[in-house]
Amino acid sequence: MNDDGTVKRSALPAIFNPEDLNALEMALQIKDKFGGHITVITMGLPAASDILRDSLFRGADQAILLTDRRCAASDTLATSYILSCAVKKLDYDIVLCGRQAIDGDTAQVGPQLAEKLGVTQITYVEELTELNGKTVTARRNIGNGFQQVKATLPVLLTVTGDANEPRVAAAKKMMKCKNACTPIEVEQKIKAENPDAEEADVKELAEHKYGELVEKGLLIKQWDLDAVEADLSWCGMSGSPTKVHRIQSVVLAAKESKEIEPNEKAVSDMIHELIADKIIA
Amino acid sequence: MIEVNRKGEVWVFAEQHNGRLEDTPVELMSKARHLADTLGVKLAALVLGEGVKNLATKLIQYGADKVYLAEHPLLRTYQTNSYAKVIYDLIHKHTPQIVLYGATVAGRDLAPRIASATKAGLTADCTDLQIGDHEVARDKKVHKNLLFQIRPAFGGNIVATIINLDRWPQMATVREGVMPMPEPDGKRKGKIVEEKVTPAKSDLPLEILEEHKREKKVDLKAARIIVAGGAGVGSKDNFRLVWDLANCLGGAPAATRAAVDLGFIDHDHQVGQTGTTVRPSLYIAVGISGAIQHQAGMSQSQKIVAINNDPNAPIFGVAHYKIIGDLNEVVPLMIKSVREKS
Repeated sequence: MNDDGTVKRSALPAIFNPEDLNALEMALQIKDKFGGHITVITMGLPAASDILRDSLFRGADQAILLTDRRCAASDTLATSYILSCAVKKLDYDIVLCGRQAIDGDTAQVGPQLAEKLGVTQITYVEELTELNGKTVTARRNIGNGFQQVKATLPVLLTVTGDANEPRVAAAKKMMKCKNACTPIEVEQKIKAENPDAEEADVKELAEHKYGELVEKGLLIKQWDLDAVEADLSWCGMSGSPTKVHRIQSVVLAAKESKEIEPNEKAVSDMIHELIADKIIA
Repeated sequence: MIEVNRKGEVWVFAEQHNGRLEDTPVELMSKARHLADTLGVKLAALVLGEGVKNLATKLIQYGADKVYLAEHPLLRTYQTNSYAKVIYDLIHKHTPQIVLYGATVAGRDLAPRIASATKAGLTADCTDLQIGDHEVARDKKVHKNLLFQIRPAFGGNIVATIINLDRWPQMATVREGVMPMPEPDGKRKGKIVEEKVTPAKSDLPLEILEEHKREKKVDLKAARIIVAGGAGVGSKDNFRLVWDLANCLGGAPAATRAAVDLGFIDHDHQVGQTGTTVRPSLYIAVGISGAIQHQAGMSQSQKIVAINNDPNAPIFGVAHYKIIGDLNEVVPLMIKSVREKS
């Protein structure tokens, strides 16, 4: 944790959020069946490039890393604002999100992003049942049953873990995209290989390398808040109405407890006590 | 967003479907009543629908001072945009300081949409709410009487208290089953405020083609006694022990996620973070190790008996009666003992 109670992301490994994998799988199935172009966007630290490469291995067409120090400490509202700025730069019919993340489990970013984009949201999607050029029909889990709903494109779907079994990376795609990387990774690599190089030389080497990667279609796009034309007052700490007052580790309350021997007399005494305490009627 | 408004009311979105109130917002009423009393402001419930005025009377009995009733044919069935728009307008008209929602399927679909439009804060899935003060570290400025929005995070390993200093209303969704149902009080008086609202056809972007709802096979929340089995029970056949003990105690059989995933019992019986949250008088945990996600759903039980052959099982940390032993021997002993005594 950071001192302000926000999560120290750099101390955590970048993992593919499970339900985001279900969202990607749904996109891939749409592409298999109807065609289309899949862009994967993640907002995070440069280490999130691993997830973007993984997306390319699985079949995404394009990956974009949205990274900027000024994104730090964003709550769900600021995150959805920043993501909306990025999505608005793209052409899209369907935005797919995982229902929720496994760290915060808030399930808020999807609906908030839909509101910011001004599109219809369909949450808790288990299956995309029909799609044509104009409308989408989806089955959503409503807890004690399901609902079949139809909406006009564009839409935003949040996808649950029950929707599908995400495919694994394809060997062919892995071979093709294993060298895909973000500009920040290119620069880091050059610096590591040429520890004494001047800043200007690094830049020149990097520019050259970018050119090569672009030619091969292996440069993962990297956007910062300026690139997506975000209003900084709605990003990061200043864009986040929720703040952390306090974080406590869960200490299991030491309750008054009795150890009961696993024999007939002790168990019977316990039952008797529970009856006497009117716990058992 | 609205400005900080210390005189603002406390609101509960009283979600209803087909004229029936959801449990979670009703559970929220007693906590919300307490928050309103602490702040010295009125508690209001918000009902949207058509032909649901009778629910307003009920909500007054559950503790509301006021019920804002927004009736319109286009609000008969819940849809994100129509409900969000009406609530957004009402928030800006009446400027409540706190707005609470049940963390139901609809609540978690609706509240973030409203928060985004309002540009206000929202905390998901709270397990407790309190009123308290917050001092900003930078300038030592003290913000008094804020809503403390308390929730587990990172799989339940930490509990975070979230606040919203100035981009109000302070909003939160509250998890099902963590607050006790209030008793209705037929003598309570309150005011019903009928709001004229005008949702448009364009606010209903979804066409609901079909809907299937099924009753849960078991009502764990209403059970006074619950006997729950975990992966340690070993097999679906052996789960019979859990059913038998539950039957002779007049209780309900339940399970951990692991036991449900292994196919020992149906998901309707699942207790825990992704199942039902329960608070019975007696909870008997059979062959349950006690993952934090499971504990989140049962640790508030009045008495907990745990049977496990692993003395280090975390479930013993919350148990009142610990029985370290083989469940295949202990459970039959319990059944025998209960049968003899009743």
